[in-house]
Amino acid sequence: MFDWMMNLYQGLPTIMQILIGIQLIVIPLMLAVAYTTFAERKVIGYAHVRVGPNRVGPRGWLQPIADALKLLTKEVILPTNANRFLFLSAPVLTIAPALAAWAVVPFFDGGALADVNAGLLYLLALTSLGVYGIIIAGWASNSKYALLGSLRSAAQLVSYEIAMGFALVGVLMAAGTLNVGGIIEAQSGSIYHWFLLPLLPLFFVYFISGIAETNRAPFDVAEGESEIVAGFHVEYSGMAFAVFFLAEYANMILISALTAILFLGGWLSPFQGILPAGAFELPVIGALLDHGIHWFLFKTAIFLFAFLWFRATFPRYRYDQIMRLGWKVLIPVTIVWLFVEGVLVAFNVGPWFA
Amino acid sequence: MTFELVLFYLFGAILLGGALAMISVRNPVHAALFLVLCFVAAAALWLLAEAEFLGIVLVLVYVGAVMVLFLFVVMMLDINLATLREGFTEYLPVGIVVALAMATVLVLVITRYITMDVPERAGPEYANTEALGAILYTEYVYPFEIAAVILLVAIIAAISLTMRKRPDNKSIDPGKQMAVSREGRVRMVSMPSEKKKAPRRGEGSGTRSPDGDDESK
Repeated sequence: MFDWMMNLYQGLPTIMQILIGIQLIVIPLMLAVAYTTFAERKVIGYAHVRVGPNRVGPRGWLQPIADALKLLTKEVILPTNANRFLFLSAPVLTIAPALAAWAVVPFFDGGALADVNAGLLYLLALTSLGVYGIIIAGWASNSKYALLGSLRSAAQLVSYEIAMGFALVGVLMAAGTLNVGGIIEAQSGSIYHWFLLPLLPLFFVYFISGIAETNRAPFDVAEGESEIVAGFHVEYSGMAFAVFFLAEYANMILISALTAILFLGGWLSPFQGILPAGAFELPVIGALLDHGIHWFLFKTAIFLFAFLWFRATFPRYRYDQIMRLGWKVLIPVTIVWLFVEGVLVAFNVGPWFA
Repeated sequence: MTFELVLFYLFGAILLGGALAMISVRNPVHAALFLVLCFVAAAALWLLAEAEFLGIVLVLVYVGAVMVLFLFVVMMLDINLATLREGFTEYLPVGIVVALAMATVLVLVITRYITMDVPERAGPEYANTEALGAILYTEYVYPFEIAAVILLVAIIAAISLTMRKRPDNKSIDPGKQMAVSREGRVRMVSMPSEKKKAPRRGEGSGTRSPDGDDESK
């Protein structure tokens, strides 16, 4: 069955293979986004000792579908004097980089849509493009609150991108390659070979900057509903608003997946090198214990849960505190750790740099 | 015409159109966005020329950081176009001289290389990032380091120019805020508890408790 499908796939022209690959990534991703919104409401609900949505479908499982239908049927309102073209293209500009970045993500061994050499640079460049949607949305809305939200967001994203970039420099120093698949290969061996231990400060810096880059609580001053109503998307309604929402959750999943790939070895199994080789040859359990996409999804889910957990736990940072954390705490930490890492690499400290 | 050639002309046309639109549109925000479009088209051309490092870094640095700050400033400014246009005829001669000088340099450079043979395509194992790194950190290591130091000096100069203590600035030292302890804020007072008085007439069980639990009503 599976071989037959693979043969059919190999026989198709390259462009068709790429298009099918895109569908295989985007459709599950969009479903994951929909159910992340549901998971968020449930998780925060339980964190607040409530039950969360439980009315639509069995145990509320159809809630995201109902939400999507509601948003699809609502009117997209254009504010007076708003720039029509920019106003409508802003949501597209937000979601396009969030989806395009998935092209270089390896889901399993060799399972990336585009196995490019400069994959890490590509990811960094695309995540830095997402800010345009927010800036343009704020400016094209012709609204003071939206403009204030977009300016806050622009300053925040540009500041945290530096810390994020430095954390990625640490990863590529350790891996010796910009290829995302190669970074995972460099972490293989056992759970101790993952970059989590040697790059622990960079791991925290990367995840914190990731939360800031996605404008999530506690760094969600760009929305700041208690101060500037809803920030950059205050004038958006219907599907235009929903696209911003989709982009935010797609970015969350992307940051979680990247943290799992860069620091926790992506699809590598944590049992590699610990269990005897015979354990991986058991009928069903062996396949589960061995490397595979399920480990990647599991690791991603852990970080995704952390996003929701943080939202229910931390109060929002004040704007000057965000700037101080980014510039005066995270960036010095990365610079110090890059120096430490340089020393470790120079002296071949094992098992990572041996 | 191969597909790559079609892409080249497509992105070339976008680049030229974007550049023309950038200098001709009236709205400064639109001009900045057209410049972004130019950068993206130029990055695509570089990708076609197998210079993926340059292309991606162009997007990362110029589109992702520099132009964001540009837009940031342009959106905040209240630009009066009339005052901007005032000195147009006055500066026109200088502008023409600069434009001619730049055009001459461009023509000289292009005519020098226009007879060059088409460079051979590198194989699929060619990595532009590695090739650039290998040459930057060996042959050109001193110019590279000097350029880095000059940039660092520029950063420090820019920061020191803008760092000034304004007397009307009410910012608080975050270190002090972090160091706040319970003892500095709260004083625990030991007080004997009040004796419960007998309820007066008219204030039966319906009286509010002194801590005001309004939510329960």
